[in-house]
Amino acid sequence: MTTHTTQQTFEYLLRLGDNALILSQRLSQLCGKGPALEEDMALTNVALDLLGQTRLWFSYAGELEQAGRDEDRLAFHRDAHQFRNCLLLEQPNGNYADTMMRQFYFDTWHYFLIEALTRSSDARIAAIAEKSLKEVTYHLRRSGDLIVRLGDGTEFSHQRCQAAADALWMYSGEMFIYDELDQALVAAGVAPDGAALRTQWLAHVQAIFTEATLTMPAADAWMQRGGKQGRHSEHLGYLLAEMQFLQRAYPDSTW
Amino acid sequence: MSKQWPLWEVFIRSQHGLAHKHVGSLHAPDAEMAVNNARDVYTRRNEGVSIWVVRAADIVASSPADKGALFDPANSKVYRHPTFFPMPEEVKNL
Repeated sequence: MTTHTTQQTFEYLLRLGDNALILSQRLSQLCGKGPALEEDMALTNVALDLLGQTRLWFSYAGELEQAGRDEDRLAFHRDAHQFRNCLLLEQPNGNYADTMMRQFYFDTWHYFLIEALTRSSDARIAAIAEKSLKEVTYHLRRSGDLIVRLGDGTEFSHQRCQAAADALWMYSGEMFIYDELDQALVAAGVAPDGAALRTQWLAHVQAIFTEATLTMPAADAWMQRGGKQGRHSEHLGYLLAEMQFLQRAYPDSTW
Repeated sequence: MSKQWPLWEVFIRSQHGLAHKHVGSLHAPDAEMAVNNARDVYTRRNEGVSIWVVRAADIVASSPADKGALFDPANSKVYRHPTFFPMPEEVKNL
């Protein structure tokens, strides 16, 4: 199969790994600050699951690249414009409705993506997806459950939840906007088709929103894009400054 | 309305064949979320295969003041302990 190159698979792995890494870092920022001890633990568990997945994607990426960059190098020694995560994931934590809505939009996409990647033509990607599937299944169940509780909770929680749904909506489309790189990997059977994922995503979000008494914004609304190509919002720089500080100030230090 | 979620007691079965054991408590608005929270708080290190949660308010406990009357009489009745039977080596968890 010659429809895609190793370099393209490497780039695709960076996108997968960066999504998981940046969201993991965002959730880690809430460690010790969750609204209840139980929620705090749950958020941290999700953050650790995502960090574990990041390591698997980056390890494979580093092996493919053959430039001597391991998972730590890829995480700590790249600048904002070299990150390939979707804009949704670098958005600030905001209030708890914002945090959970960002999570729910991501988890829904992530679940259908990982589920489809278990059938990837790249055996290593399929194996990593298989390993991650149970985790992302739980993530989706949990965030959907909380969206229903917040949306169909009190008048105040409903209002905040709807505001979060509306504010983050413009970041929910980037995952499905495929560029040449994505298309090449779809053609090679490595990645799943974006349109099919979007149909699944919209159906699930609509189902949960109906239960949560929330109004889903228009599916054809204008969507932000650019994260996958390295054009990020101002938020990413601050996030990286905190995440990378130690390795930048004291390169290769270990503990 | 109380701002605090109600308290739940959590019981975990560590492996098949063993009984559920009390491991601690947590707060949750309802039973479903109590199970989810128990999973997140008490099974992070592979502790279990099954979770029970019970509203702490639904547990009826003996009164500490009754300790003497309830338990002391059993003290001197050594003949109630099945310690005079030889046990086969293979029997575990009895």
